[in-house]
Amino acid sequence: MKDEYQKIVDKHMPKEEVFYNAAIAFITGGMMGIIGELLIELYQSYMSVPAKEATVCMLITLIFLSCLLTSLGFFDKWVNFCKCGLIIPITGFAHATQSAALEYRKEGLVTGLGANMLKLSGAVIIFGIIGSFVFSLIRTLVGLV
Amino acid sequence: MTIKYNNVYINETSTITGPYEASGPLKKYFDKTYEDLYFKAKTWEQAEIKLINESIDMVKSKSNIKDVDILIGGDLLNQIVASSYASSKIDSSFIGIYAACSTSTLGLILGANFIENKLAKNIITFTSSHNNGAEKQYRYPVEYGGPKPKTTTFTTTGAASALLSKNKKGIKLESGTIGKVIDSKTTNVFHMGAVMAKAAADTIYTHLKDTNRTIDYYDLVLTGDLGIYGKEILKEYMKEKYDINLKNYNDTGTMIFDVENQPVYAGASGPACAPLVTYSYIFNQMKNKKLKKVLLVATGALMNPTMTNQKLTIPAIAHAVSLEAI
Repeated sequence: MKDEYQKIVDKHMPKEEVFYNAAIAFITGGMMGIIGELLIELYQSYMSVPAKEATVCMLITLIFLSCLLTSLGFFDKWVNFCKCGLIIPITGFAHATQSAALEYRKEGLVTGLGANMLKLSGAVIIFGIIGSFVFSLIRTLVGLV
Repeated sequence: MTIKYNNVYINETSTITGPYEASGPLKKYFDKTYEDLYFKAKTWEQAEIKLINESIDMVKSKSNIKDVDILIGGDLLNQIVASSYASSKIDSSFIGIYAACSTSTLGLILGANFIENKLAKNIITFTSSHNNGAEKQYRYPVEYGGPKPKTTTFTTTGAASALLSKNKKGIKLESGTIGKVIDSKTTNVFHMGAVMAKAAADTIYTHLKDTNRTIDYYDLVLTGDLGIYGKEILKEYMKEKYDINLKNYNDTGTMIFDVENQPVYAGASGPACAPLVTYSYIFNQMKNKKLKKVLLVATGALMNPTMTNQKLTIPAIAHAVSLEAI
């Protein structure tokens, strides 16, 4: 049961532009996919990198670029605009890690940078590992049947 | 609880801000603004310490005094470190206070008690906040650009100081109401306006009841940092619950920035927000006789990330001071 005050709060709650945000994320996320594909093509065709390694090279390039742009100080504005278009791909993980590293670098290499670098992205690693374990388990069990 | 004062005056003030405030509509009223968020210091925290020291030095030089009996101040950083470190450079007794964004008015009330009872000759009260220091401590790293809801407020960067004494000069501090901690049952850390509006309503009502006044007694009622949505919540709640119509009313959180054109979401917040607006623009209006009586109700969300992670609701408080032009 909501009290009188909560009702007033709800009444004045602004609406987030869900569809606009989703559309922006869809378009920018799609563009990230195109950039990724182009990079793979580039590594395969012009540098004769085998297909599997080309994907790894693409990931490293994107991680490097998002870390560099975060350090240069304007990637946060892009992330703020593109939202999940840049947060869900590997760029979001790199940005979260790099921004935490920048924030705590003045508090020492171990006590600052080391201890806080994965502050935002640590959860992604933990639940990523648990998630992949669970899904591998399901796949193995289904494969047995 | 409301205390009445007969001989307490805010003689002199100082306001120093960062770049975002300097691009806002009140720029010309501030004493000094900086273009760089580091203020030539090494870290955000050290920048805030520097801001406080500079603001205290400025109020001293403006009023031509070397020493004060007591310093009363606080900020948003853990253990109010900015205030403690800043005070370590000054040879005065120090009272560190924490009331989140309502620290400024609490400081004025505490200082006024000393002056009124002749326990101290002069007192400087100060408050500060630093956007990046607060973001780092309460939310995400500064360079992290994750999207925020529209109800989020933007912490003000700046420091404000005021010199209190019994000398009849400046603005009269006529009375003060010490607020109660009010839990509005809100858990949304991105909607501080909703967290604090109920506390503001309670303090305004208590002040009017204790002083036997109606809301029309004041030319302007000014709340701390409710932001554009919190402001509307307060107006409607005051009307419904207490049947008080807030007509001559504004919120400093909606005044210091250009809410339409600056990336500040619902407006400003932070302990420095209310005093920066009041000591600059509002005092200017009062000295020019455009406003005579002003009720300043600074509001503070007593938020702690550990408690919000434990899913507890966020308590809030509001302290009010009645200011009069002389």
